Amino acid sequence: MTDLNKLGLAEARDALRAGDVTSVELTDACLSAIDGAGALNAFVHHTPEIARERAAAADTRIKAGDAPAMCGLPIGIKDLFCTKGVPSQAGSRILEGFLPEYESTVSQNLLDSGAVMLGKLNMDEFAMGSSNETSVYGNVVNPWKVDDRDLTPGGSSGGSAAAVAADLCLAATGTDTGGSIRQPAAFTGITGIKPTYGRCSRWGVVAFASSLDQAGPMTKNVRDAAIMLEAMCSHDPKDSTSADLPVPNFEAMLTGNIAGKKIGIPKEYRMDGMPGEIETLWTQGAEMLRDAGAEIVDITLPHTKYALPAYYVIAPAEASSNLARYDGVRYGHRAALAAGDGITEMYEKTRAEGFGDEVKRRVMIGTYVLSAGFYDAYYNRARKVRTLIKQDFEKVFADGIDAILTPATPSAAFGLGEEWDDPVQMYLNDVFTVTVNMAGLPGISVPAGVDAQGLPLGLQLIGRPWEEGDLLNTAYALEARAGFVAKPQKWW
Amino acid sequence: MSIDQSTAARVAKLARIKVEDDALPALAAEFNTILGFIEQLSEVDVDGVEPMTSVTPQRLKRRVDEVTDGAQPKKVLANAPDAREGFFAVPKVVE
Repeated sequence: MTDLNKLGLAEARDALRAGDVTSVELTDACLSAIDGAGALNAFVHHTPEIARERAAAADTRIKAGDAPAMCGLPIGIKDLFCTKGVPSQAGSRILEGFLPEYESTVSQNLLDSGAVMLGKLNMDEFAMGSSNETSVYGNVVNPWKVDDRDLTPGGSSGGSAAAVAADLCLAATGTDTGGSIRQPAAFTGITGIKPTYGRCSRWGVVAFASSLDQAGPMTKNVRDAAIMLEAMCSHDPKDSTSADLPVPNFEAMLTGNIAGKKIGIPKEYRMDGMPGEIETLWTQGAEMLRDAGAEIVDITLPHTKYALPAYYVIAPAEASSNLARYDGVRYGHRAALAAGDGITEMYEKTRAEGFGDEVKRRVMIGTYVLSAGFYDAYYNRARKVRTLIKQDFEKVFADGIDAILTPATPSAAFGLGEEWDDPVQMYLNDVFTVTVNMAGLPGISVPAGVDAQGLPLGLQLIGRPWEEGDLLNTAYALEARAGFVAKPQKWW
Repeated sequence: MSIDQSTAARVAKLARIKVEDDALPALAAEFNTILGFIEQLSEVDVDGVEPMTSVTPQRLKRRVDEVTDGAQPKKVLANAPDAREGFFAVPKVVE
């Protein structure tokens, strides 16, 4: 077999079990692809020794007939996940040199499931960004290209998206606070699912906005997403918001039969200035689901336009609290101090040097909206709006809607450096995805077509809480009809 | 609501992030752009709406109040920029 790194999880799993290939061979193919892809800047900490050791162990298990779901499958891990003894910096200078003494629950679950970690993946600093331009490691470059410009892979899970799209690994972990799995998946032509809030443990995942953060898989297709999501999920007593619910066999739920399902089309997602090709793709997506036997229903989610401004109160507020721990005392960077500097100067200089501009901006906005005199006007009001956003979804689900179809992003991938004139313009990238985090729902981005330039575009499906299996099955039916097979031409 | 330079300086101080004086005008302008965007929330009628405290309708789990972990000071201090004699070391706090 050639080009083993180009396989998906299901194909590789089946080949491993059939004895057609070994995990060591798969892993070596990925490690070579990674070595040849420095120009993408996706992998930022390489762990080839760990990878080869785990691959050899996986081969032994497979031979012994004891192969768990992800056994021998080489994957990348977003830098936000703490991995024992391996740098875990959240893309930030302030965690330079940090070597966790523990393993995050999600990466431990994947390890227990036999997965092989190839290394850590680039991301926006503390997952704050939509273009992977705020990372201390530098920009990630999208493997898709249409002219001489370098395009963004999206963010914050930009390294994960680029690595999967460029076949540097079979799949990768991502995290999603406002769209950080689904937007980069759409920009790179891959599949990404954010499960219901509470499905994946947040323990050991560097916190950004705790009431919104969720981990999820970024994969080459929907079946792979089902396989990897199941391996990532668990009830975890170490995360008080982790759901104590059984994790279904998601892959077994992929029948492709969605006859009689009701798919909602929310009118509020038809934005002014949305490119015509995105609107067309959205209409085509609805036709595909109708063709698969679903009923298409116009619905209304009236508070949609307030989700993004409410997010930019709640997420920075939580971030300002979560990031207070980076004080130069317990881990990471500490600024050099001048004679006479006390502890306050140490905090202020350490944080000024250790955080990048976007992180500082959000920590300070969060500090402001939580400060005396503004807490009610901003933070409490945003939390009330969040209640209304969630109620919008509860109403349509109570009316019998099974899933909601929307565009994943308001545009295709844009050029690196093109959207930084105004932070708010960058925030608008998450306009279709952020509602899902605000309501705690599962959402999946499926590649569904290309724009006039040939860049991938994604559609988003939003499901009922805890019904990821049903959502994945609807995505599977959409994927089958969209027939998206385009891949980036190798230039790196 | 408009943020002036002294408010920007106060917020930076509260956030414990050093901002040089010459960077304050640009910072205040950025805050105003973002807060201008957030301002839309004042259009929403939120009378009688409860502020969200949990996005899923689950109660926080309780456990027995007992020690379940500990006695690993070396691991706790392993990543400290400055650790001495089993403690985190910081500049003098009390005169």
